[in-house]
Amino acid sequence: MRRKTLLYGLLCVLCVPFVFPTWWMATSSLKPVSEIFAFPPSLWPGRPTLEAYRQVFELQPFAQQYWNSLYIAAVVTAGTLVVSALAGYAFARIRFRGSNVLFVIVLTGLLIPSEVTIVPLFQLFHGWGLTDTHWPLVLVPMLGAPSVLATFIMRQFFLVLPRELEEAAAVDGLGRFVTFVRIGLPLARPALGAVAIFTFLHSWNLYLEPIVFLSSPEKFTLPQALTQFVDAYGGPMWNVQLAAASMTALPVLVVFVLAQKQFVEGLAHTGLKG
Amino acid sequence: MALSVTRRAGWWTARRRDHLLGYLFIGPQLAGSLLFVFLPLGLVLTYSLNEWNVLADTFTFVGADNYRRLLNDPNMASVLTATGLFSVGLVVLNLALALLLAVLLNQRLRGTTVFRTLFFSPVVVSLVAWTIVWGFLLQNNGGINAILAAAGIEGPNWLRSGSWATVSVIVVQVFKNVGLNMVLFLAALQGVPKDLYEAARLDGASAWTRFRRITLPMISPTVLLTSIITVAGSLQVFAQIAVLTQGGPGTSTTVLVYYLYQQAFQFHHFGYGATLSVLLFVIVLALTLLQWRMRRRWVFHEA
Repeated sequence: MRRKTLLYGLLCVLCVPFVFPTWWMATSSLKPVSEIFAFPPSLWPGRPTLEAYRQVFELQPFAQQYWNSLYIAAVVTAGTLVVSALAGYAFARIRFRGSNVLFVIVLTGLLIPSEVTIVPLFQLFHGWGLTDTHWPLVLVPMLGAPSVLATFIMRQFFLVLPRELEEAAAVDGLGRFVTFVRIGLPLARPALGAVAIFTFLHSWNLYLEPIVFLSSPEKFTLPQALTQFVDAYGGPMWNVQLAAASMTALPVLVVFVLAQKQFVEGLAHTGLKG
Repeated sequence: MALSVTRRAGWWTARRRDHLLGYLFIGPQLAGSLLFVFLPLGLVLTYSLNEWNVLADTFTFVGADNYRRLLNDPNMASVLTATGLFSVGLVVLNLALALLLAVLLNQRLRGTTVFRTLFFSPVVVSLVAWTIVWGFLLQNNGGINAILAAAGIEGPNWLRSGSWATVSVIVVQVFKNVGLNMVLFLAALQGVPKDLYEAARLDGASAWTRFRRITLPMISPTVLLTSIITVAGSLQVFAQIAVLTQGGPGTSTTVLVYYLYQQAFQFHHFGYGATLSVLLFVIVLALTLLQWRMRRRWVFHEA
């Protein structure tokens, strides 16, 4: 009994740095500027106001920026699922000449993060006239190093998946492609879920690439936009930044809490093991 | 299968068709890797041997000049120290805390799912949003110092004093992502056979001995995996530094990625930026190979 109390106490204390920042972000965004650095700090706004939220939309095309982040993350996620499921399946199931060598070549991409290649990537996209567009933010994650990790995960999943169902389909005269779509993909749903989650979060969090490639505010993505709420002297407008941050973070948090089982167990069991 | 072979006799066999399908399936990934990973990697090596003047639009071969500059760069010692401190601090703190949380959550206790959700939640919070909140909390007159002041302690100016700035950035990053490693450790802990513990208990082994002699060896493949992921991730930390400290005070938090960004995209020294990229690549490669070789000594069994 004493051991249990001790454990609960320890867990509660350890929780604070994980939970308090989100709480502080949400409540401070509702405080008027005068209250934001008030001493002693208050856990709840004395005079709650939505003024900061109004300013978010007034100072920047925030709705447009929100849409940019959302649709880029959605396109990258869908594209990565297609690319990685196809490649992962082929590397695990189809025997074709050079498959092992090609797999090693693709896998090497994991050692080359886009931080290493950002300088030439910028020059390449600049040469193609695609800077200040969303193309690099879609193409590089969907086909470059991040999708290699997805392909690896899909391959590992298909490797341990029993073959019997697919062999039965082949006996029934179904072609390889149909077998993949009708049998392989539905069985791979847990792995696809894990890939979808981490791909979405990766794109949603991207910061270096947007600030390198984008220059017009209406093209910005959320992480980049959040840091732009500054006053005339370049100091951050805290309540406005926190309001924008809340709008960025809270919807994803709500989805996560509703589906936390799939998130956590998906990532743990199919995501990176094996 | 046999049917289709007889129907399409000759050159176009089912085997050939399967080969073709294999290439078609990996096609997008392979083309993407070549275009967005290997081509830029080749270019980064080329650029590092040239100087690219953006204003004049000239591209001149300078040989090893950029590398000589790297060796003589007065900032380099500080940049490499910051990178090393940052990586070591991050990896050690992250893995230790992840393991502690996983062990706590692996106890037979009601409500662990709630705690697991809470510990994991920063992983899904937008990175820059999370960093901004911490930046706000760590201001000299911000939340943390206010709480400390209420307890009669005068806190430091976290983000503006050399060593505290490094610590702050590390801690912010650890709380952001430790949930991911925690979940991986938790899955590994649940895979350790319970009868091993029973046997050890019968032999009179203490809790600590059981942890060291059974738990750690059994989860060593996960320790290796998480340490590889965390080391690689620690070398890519950029947004946190750009938002919290901009590399300062001085250059105390200017890690290699941030320095690379400054040189290439703020000062437009693309050639030198490419040289720093090569250095970053070599470090990532060396550390990964080193960890992979150490797996023989560390890892008890290959899962």
